[in-house]
Amino acid sequence: MKNVRKQKRANKSLPFFFRDEFKVCLVIILISIALLITTFTFDIVPPILNRGIQPATFPKALLILIIVMSLLIYYLATKNPWKVEKKLPKSFFLTLLSFFIFVVISKTLDFFLAISALSIFVSYYWGEKRIFYLLLVGIIFPVLVFIFFETILGLRFPPGIITNIYYS
Amino acid sequence: MDNLLLMMAPLFSSKLLLVLFFGTLFGLILGVLPGLGPTTGGALILPFTMTLDPLSAIVLLTSIYCAGTYGGAITAVLINTPGTPAAAATCLDGYPLAQKGEAGRALGMATVSSTVGGIFSVIILVFFAPILAQLAYEFGQPEYFALAIFGLTMLASIGEGSPIKNLIAGAFGILISTVGKDFMTSIDRFTFGINELTEGIGFIPVVVGLFAMSEMLTQSTLINQVFNRIALKAIKLPSKDDYKKTWKTILRSSGIGSFIGVLPAEGGTVASLIGYSEAKRFSKKPEEFGKGSIEGIAGAEAANNAATGGAMVPTLALGIPGSATTAVILTGLIIHGVRPGPDLFREQPDFLYGIFGAMLIANVLFFIFGFFGAKIFARTTLVPNKILWPMIFAVSVCGTYSLNQSIIDVWIMLFFGVLGFFMRRYGFSVVPVIIGLILGELVEGTLRQSLVIFDGNWLMFFTRPIALTFFILSLIALSFPLIRSKKFKK
Repeated sequence: MKNVRKQKRANKSLPFFFRDEFKVCLVIILISIALLITTFTFDIVPPILNRGIQPATFPKALLILIIVMSLLIYYLATKNPWKVEKKLPKSFFLTLLSFFIFVVISKTLDFFLAISALSIFVSYYWGEKRIFYLLLVGIIFPVLVFIFFETILGLRFPPGIITNIYYS
Repeated sequence: MDNLLLMMAPLFSSKLLLVLFFGTLFGLILGVLPGLGPTTGGALILPFTMTLDPLSAIVLLTSIYCAGTYGGAITAVLINTPGTPAAAATCLDGYPLAQKGEAGRALGMATVSSTVGGIFSVIILVFFAPILAQLAYEFGQPEYFALAIFGLTMLASIGEGSPIKNLIAGAFGILISTVGKDFMTSIDRFTFGINELTEGIGFIPVVVGLFAMSEMLTQSTLINQVFNRIALKAIKLPSKDDYKKTWKTILRSSGIGSFIGVLPAEGGTVASLIGYSEAKRFSKKPEEFGKGSIEGIAGAEAANNAATGGAMVPTLALGIPGSATTAVILTGLIIHGVRPGPDLFREQPDFLYGIFGAMLIANVLFFIFGFFGAKIFARTTLVPNKILWPMIFAVSVCGTYSLNQSIIDVWIMLFFGVLGFFMRRYGFSVVPVIIGLILGELVEGTLRQSLVIFDGNWLMFFTRPIALTFFILSLIALSFPLIRSKKFKK
């Protein structure tokens, strides 16, 4: 409890634009405004076909509600600041990077290869250095999962370097 | 009598018994592993249920739900980390008792009270779900709209964390449900020219992303964390003295848990906290709470397991999920072509009573597994995260891909994983997003159809007594946190 109070005090001493509550509310509001603008591009249904309200009305109302509530949480946070969150460690950013690498590999090379690459990458950076366990998470387990989905669920994985060899 | 026989049906089907056995076992393992739980597990196993018939699929999901909720207690007692959020209150007394060398007694009480709570809530489910379904015959579109709004406001007011943040998350969930072709006019909304989005955003990528992938990112920030695991020799059944001390607490918490479970909210988590605090309030020795009180364990565990049956009441009777896991079960029902609601009670009683019976058996099974196997299940926490999470990633990716065979679904899952991580970091619960996504179509559909019925006159909502009651209840639910904080300040 004392620790939370300390973190809250630390947050209060920061300029407002560095505070988490400002950054979070700003991001929510900016995204909501962008989406709100998008709703104006939705097709309008002619009155004769329109039943109830226009398709854009409901999302518009939701987005306005989100913006108003974001302003409200920012206002409340000025009175009762959020606690300062700890800085994210390197391992988090590497895991995030691995997600990105997964998307790139699955799109360009192979879906299965992407799973293997991410598994080995994450396991290694999380501290696993033993070759057997890296092979277990990166190759043996994904192969078992692949076979299971392929044979039992009859799933066809997207084409790629390895899957093409398997299917041919 | 007929219904009782229908409830016994799973006992006479070797296939259903096998499904129950596997589901309970899998649910226990999921519950024990911190970061996983019945919601994530249910979402991961949902694609596999496609190979099963509807009853077996739902029996599998409900047994995972029951056992997973109990499984969290094992880790809460032995490593002071709740396996599931619903077991958070169990840590408060379970771990201190284990530190005193009484881990077996703590787990014994957790097992017994969970089983009693679970069975109590199934009895509530059997009696109240048909009554609620009968009432739902009176509901038209405006009533369903008002009910869905009530559900969302309840979620905000009695859920974890800030009510406004919960409301934002709920509104965001509803917003996600608007992506794709508008169901009334077929006009594209938020598709940004991506063909795959015209079908909308699926439930599974969002759930797996928000729960499993965001947890993987959370675990990536905790890789140096070391758990102090307390050795468990054997589970001990509570003594006569323990029963004397706790039977009232167990019954009270079972009632509280069942009631909280019926309300659309984070069922087990909230129920266990209220069950725990009420146990403390009524205790003759409240000073022992937090230091290893057996009543504390009983209060929390009976309540969180009682919430399982309670949460199934609105799910089956109205099609409104009572918790995040029942939202997964509801999706399972819809995927298998079963439409929850009053008609289900009239047309498929064998299906429904089969589920009730299966839940009852699942509670007995997790008692047996927990009692004889807690020591073995506790060992699953020894699997290092650096091995466990890459494996979960592989299953998550393949499971998400398998439903529609769409790579876009996998990317959506990863996007929601990152989003879920930041939501949780800044105090936004992800559960309202799930409930909002599930209720979104109902909210928008019933609103628009009501407006057609009312010829565009919004005020007509207030001329319908049931709808008006739900709106008033929604207002009360919204003002409840304000009243609570003022009372707290005093």
